[in-house]
Amino acid sequence: MINIEKILEIEPFSLNKNDKREILTPLINEISIHHFRNSLSYRNMIDGLNVNLDGNVPIEQIPYLPVRLFKLYDLYSVDKSDIIKTLTSSGTTGQAVSKIFLDRQTASIQTKVLTKIVSSILGSKRLPMLIVDSDAVIKNRAMFSARGAGILGFSIFGTQLIYILDSDMNLLVDKLQEFVKKNKDQNIFIFGFTFMIWKHLINECKRLNLKFDLSKASIIHGGGWKKLISENIATIEFKDHLKEYLNISRVYDYYGMVEQTGSIYIECEQNHFHAPVYSDIIVRRPIDFSVANHNESGIIQLISVLPLSYPGHSILTEDEGVIIGEDDCKCGRLGKYFKILGRLKNAEIRGCSDTYGESII
Amino acid sequence: MQKSEVVVTHMEKVLSDIKILNKSSIDNLLTQLPLYYFDDNVIDYLNELSKELFKLNEIRAFPDLLTLAFFCRKANMIQLKNIYADDLSIKIGRGLAFHVTPSNVPMNFAYSYIAGLISGNNNLVRVPSKDFKQVDLFFDALNNLDQSTNFSTISNRTLFLKYDRNSNCTDYFSSICDVRIIWGGDSTIDIIRENKIPARSIDVTFADRYSFSIINAKEYIEFNNKESLAIGFFNDTYLFDQNACTSPQLVFWFGVEEDILKAKEIFWSTLHEYVVDKYQISTITGVDKLTKYFSFKTHGIDSKVKFIDNFLWRIELETLPKDIDKYKGNSGYFFEFNIDNLDQINAIISQKYQTLAYFGFEKSLLNEFILNNNFRGIDRVIPIGKTADFALTWDGYNLIEHLTRNIQIL
Repeated sequence: MINIEKILEIEPFSLNKNDKREILTPLINEISIHHFRNSLSYRNMIDGLNVNLDGNVPIEQIPYLPVRLFKLYDLYSVDKSDIIKTLTSSGTTGQAVSKIFLDRQTASIQTKVLTKIVSSILGSKRLPMLIVDSDAVIKNRAMFSARGAGILGFSIFGTQLIYILDSDMNLLVDKLQEFVKKNKDQNIFIFGFTFMIWKHLINECKRLNLKFDLSKASIIHGGGWKKLISENIATIEFKDHLKEYLNISRVYDYYGMVEQTGSIYIECEQNHFHAPVYSDIIVRRPIDFSVANHNESGIIQLISVLPLSYPGHSILTEDEGVIIGEDDCKCGRLGKYFKILGRLKNAEIRGCSDTYGESII
Repeated sequence: MQKSEVVVTHMEKVLSDIKILNKSSIDNLLTQLPLYYFDDNVIDYLNELSKELFKLNEIRAFPDLLTLAFFCRKANMIQLKNIYADDLSIKIGRGLAFHVTPSNVPMNFAYSYIAGLISGNNNLVRVPSKDFKQVDLFFDALNNLDQSTNFSTISNRTLFLKYDRNSNCTDYFSSICDVRIIWGGDSTIDIIRENKIPARSIDVTFADRYSFSIINAKEYIEFNNKESLAIGFFNDTYLFDQNACTSPQLVFWFGVEEDILKAKEIFWSTLHEYVVDKYQISTITGVDKLTKYFSFKTHGIDSKVKFIDNFLWRIELETLPKDIDKYKGNSGYFFEFNIDNLDQINAIISQKYQTLAYFGFEKSLLNEFILNNNFRGIDRVIPIGKTADFALTWDGYNLIEHLTRNIQIL
């Protein structure tokens, strides 16, 4: 049995480089061995590498699985009958989705870790919560997606949940005004997807020339910048607008993968994402997968102690990023901090065979 | 002339999203009679086209365009014609040849066209929608030629066009063609074949294929010009991101273990050096290769990866799976397997297999190997470095025979 409880007691951003390494390395080794023993697919994959999982592998040499594999194969390391929940990634129609298999233990530590990380921002008390989305995403099973899952996951930190968009994504101004009035002097929690907040909250306030005073609110948002980058919106602009129209200064973006649900990376006041003690980030050079230096961009590898029921504890993403530093961010959080630069571009492969429905293997 | 009126109204309907790339029209094309194969006019025209291509300043930057210019020379055409010197049958173009060419091999459409033209057909060629500089250059040369000379015999029989994949042009052109040439692999063939062709018309299809290499280790060790072989192998593979149907995916090493060990070491390191210098990988290439490799490994096949960097992945197989052709890679992703007898490869050869690229074997020995085995696959046995050279026999088809009609007079 892997002793995961110990690390879960530690505050998310409280360990420096050496202390973190000391606790994380043996744990990740143990988890790798667990998956090697209990997932035939994982064992077959690792067998083809020149690495011996003897329990003493430096963290940089722990094998990593490209995230696409979770779309291609059912990967799990527990008895099938112990799987209580299967998460799937968002994906447009026709695209393969990642399938993540959770048993009771992994599901529970996901929640525990998410709580640790989020309460480092919101405090441990549940707050009145405003969701910048429509409740149709939750109610309508056909629409249920990563967005719905995200809302449900974060709703455990809120009370008096209010959805401020209708099912056509119109801003319910009355509802918003009522909520603001009611919780005037309280800390509140606003959650939503980056693009939804931009398009349906900020832009609507701008269009209707509405201003609110939500100075005691904290916003947590995620889901990526892809759509906003295409509209040329930068982090700073996003934050400036929230300040101007809603008087909100505490704005936290988060980065995370469905393959490592629970271990999210929160963006601090300095606009840096931070790796908590339960997870780690390594940036690798595209040329040979060697570890990049700080301030050198490359492919993001993510390590997390959470995935026990499936071999997602060390994954190679298709995102490009850069580690800015470690233990010395001005925000005071310890650990590595980094920036996301975007998705790796698909290779344009020459060849005789046209790719109509872009194959994935 | 009722027939052509019908055509015109039909054309108005479909023509809206067509882009025509040379000075000609569909009406021209549909009123021309076919030519006999290797028509003198055609040979002269191609020779002039070759000269126009050589006049381009930028041609040196595009080896594929350069090769095409050489292919079009009169001397080459005469040589190709001479193959049929003893053939007394009368061969005439089938009529209208509709070419659907691959979107990601820049010059392929031109070879398809030339094969159609020297067979005597009127040619409707769908050019890749993707932009390639060498394709633009080709049309610069072609349009210069059509403007300055009077080869109306040819230009009236030629139409290059681009149209959107969803256009109903494919449907229309299919319905009137005498032969349809479909490049672009299995999925393209499936899609194009949803459009009917007339009862007597035929399809010539270029499906997804698998190619491999055999290297004689001992001969290789003794070979003096190892770098030229590396360049040859590079041209067979990396030049098309190792994704052409002719690109070897698998390398068989023939010989005794000691030689093989040594040969592999030299071969791959010589190649690697050249690749790093000449090839550009994208940031996601390594991720793609790792994903492919792990996918392959989930099947539990005994193998180890030899990894220097993401320019070149080698996967050494301990056993040879029968379905190894299912695990295709690209951009420098090679399986390898040691043999001491050519017959060890027999079990895997299926209809999928196209090119055997060899080094260090007598042609007669390979001839014997092919003749002894009644394989369902392998259409081409070609020296390493020459696999992508276009020939009128391609993918197992004699294109002249397929694109012409034989007239019998008794």
